[in-house]
Amino acid sequence: MELIGIIIVAIFVNNVVFSQFLGICPFLGVSKKVDTAIGMGLAVTFVLTIATIVTFLLQKGILEQFGLEYLQTITFILVIAALVQMVEIVLKKISPALYQALGVFLPLITTNCVILGVAILVIQKEYSLLESVIYAVATALGYAMALIIFSSIREQLALTKIPKAMQGIPIALITAGIIAMSFMGFSGIDQVFK
Amino acid sequence: MNNNLKVLINGVIKENPTFVLLLGMCPTLATTSSAINGMSMGLATMFVLICSNMVISMLKNVIPDMVRIPAYIVVIATFVTIIEMAMNAYVPALADSLGIFIPLIVVNCIVLGRAESFASKNGVFASIFDGAGMGLGFTLSLSVLGGIRELLGTGKIFSINIYPEQYGSLLFVLAPGAFIVLGYLIAIFNKLQHK
Amino acid sequence: MFLSLSIICLTVAVLLAQANKMTAKPIAEAKAMKLQNAISEVVPLFDNDPVAEAYLMPDGSGDSLLVYPAKKGDEVVGYAINSSSNNGFGGEIQIMVGFDIEDRIINYAVLQHAETPGLGSKMAEWFKNPEKQSQSVIGRDLSQGTLIVSKDGGTVDAITASTITSRAFLEAINKAYLAYSDSKAEAFSGATPTTPASEEAHASAEIKEEEKNNE
Repeated sequence: MELIGIIIVAIFVNNVVFSQFLGICPFLGVSKKVDTAIGMGLAVTFVLTIATIVTFLLQKGILEQFGLEYLQTITFILVIAALVQMVEIVLKKISPALYQALGVFLPLITTNCVILGVAILVIQKEYSLLESVIYAVATALGYAMALIIFSSIREQLALTKIPKAMQGIPIALITAGIIAMSFMGFSGIDQVFK
Repeated sequence: MNNNLKVLINGVIKENPTFVLLLGMCPTLATTSSAINGMSMGLATMFVLICSNMVISMLKNVIPDMVRIPAYIVVIATFVTIIEMAMNAYVPALADSLGIFIPLIVVNCIVLGRAESFASKNGVFASIFDGAGMGLGFTLSLSVLGGIRELLGTGKIFSINIYPEQYGSLLFVLAPGAFIVLGYLIAIFNKLQHK
Repeated sequence: MFLSLSIICLTVAVLLAQANKMTAKPIAEAKAMKLQNAISEVVPLFDNDPVAEAYLMPDGSGDSLLVYPAKKGDEVVGYAINSSSNNGFGGEIQIMVGFDIEDRIINYAVLQHAETPGLGSKMAEWFKNPEKQSQSVIGRDLSQGTLIVSKDGGTVDAITASTITSRAFLEAINKAYLAYSDSKAEAFSGATPTTPASEEAHASAEIKEEEKNNE
């Protein structure tokens, strides 16, 4: 029951994009077309799940054992950067099809703050490994959902007449604001699962 | 010296990281629920920008090209950790309210972007000024955004009362307000620039 | 190539270890200060060290709360209790609530919360407004029953548009009262309280020390 609560909160109530403001740069960058949005969403889901497991084990197994918590930021970001490289190499060898689909998004992911953000958040929230993984997957799904909703709206926006100064990012941000408003309607539904 | 001043002003207006380059959107949106929060986030980023720009421009001939990105990340992460520790020690309340966005300065594209595009090609002093200019531009835009959201939401700026709180619209302090106010600010900046 | 990267990493690690050493003490002090301030805010003047005398007390829902007894001379003048609720709008709410020895709330302080700014975050002031008795919890006698928001048939007015936060806040207060009444019962019957928390902390610190020596 508690796990369902974590999922609902991560996807809807505290959506990464619309309420936690993580991963905004790629969110604005790759959300012009639905296809690219789906690709990015998948790539984030894939990397985020692996990265959270690895950083979690690293934190519990090494950093906390030796009292090196102050090296958290630096190790996490290096591990994530290395991991993304590795995923890229492995994917290329094992599944060229998947690599074709996700390849272009992988380099972008290192600087996506969702990955580092979730890795740090699960430590701060004192989740167990299982809870961390579920939280990571749910957050990634929330991210993918936000990307897909937003890109479908932007495809429509491209066809409308918008004042020159508002074109591009400004109107995208205001649209995101209105979606964020509707997401506020979800707040409180996790109370049902307690 | 004149040239350095140009670099400084460039960061504030012509290449303003928030309104023109559109970099570092996450902390821009997340930490500007009040003017003071926005300003502190800007200052913390500025510290990291100046220090990392300085160190990277000093090390630019020592670091092999192949490993330059990981090396830059290590340097940036170091200064982020230092500012995080310092904030926890001396301004714990502020550190609490900025929360996870202090360690996330590491992945702020402004910092790595300036290291790669400016500090790795220019001298130490120019790099320091570039860091200061970019940092100042970031701090100013965050303070403005935070100030507007705080004013519209709670009727205060820097916690000083401007008009009674009950006339404010709380929406602007909450998440949607961040997107909407930033959207309008960028539009206004666009308009002014194209004149 | 790898040599220079390793040298950079090593320098950085040493540098950070140094910075960590330098800031460890101020960080610990800042934390202790916050706790001290919260305690003195919620109980009458005392001359003992409540942090050193703190102990754990069951809160009735399977958990234990930290109780800080405030004493003047040998006499207990009040208890500060660190209580929390997980049912806040944004997650956990942690408060410090002070009781006098006659079951009345003296004051409270919000230690940590993630409630909506401008709505739920108002709890820091809302429940101690001296001009509005129907929403203030200060001076309420909890031996006459637990505190409930008026929407649920109780006597405390919830924060406007933040009923969930208000319920969670009162839940934390009611939990604190349970720990308080047990503490009081034991203190005045002369029995020794359950394991002092400080002793426990001390023991675990010693274990850590040993582990370090073994390395």
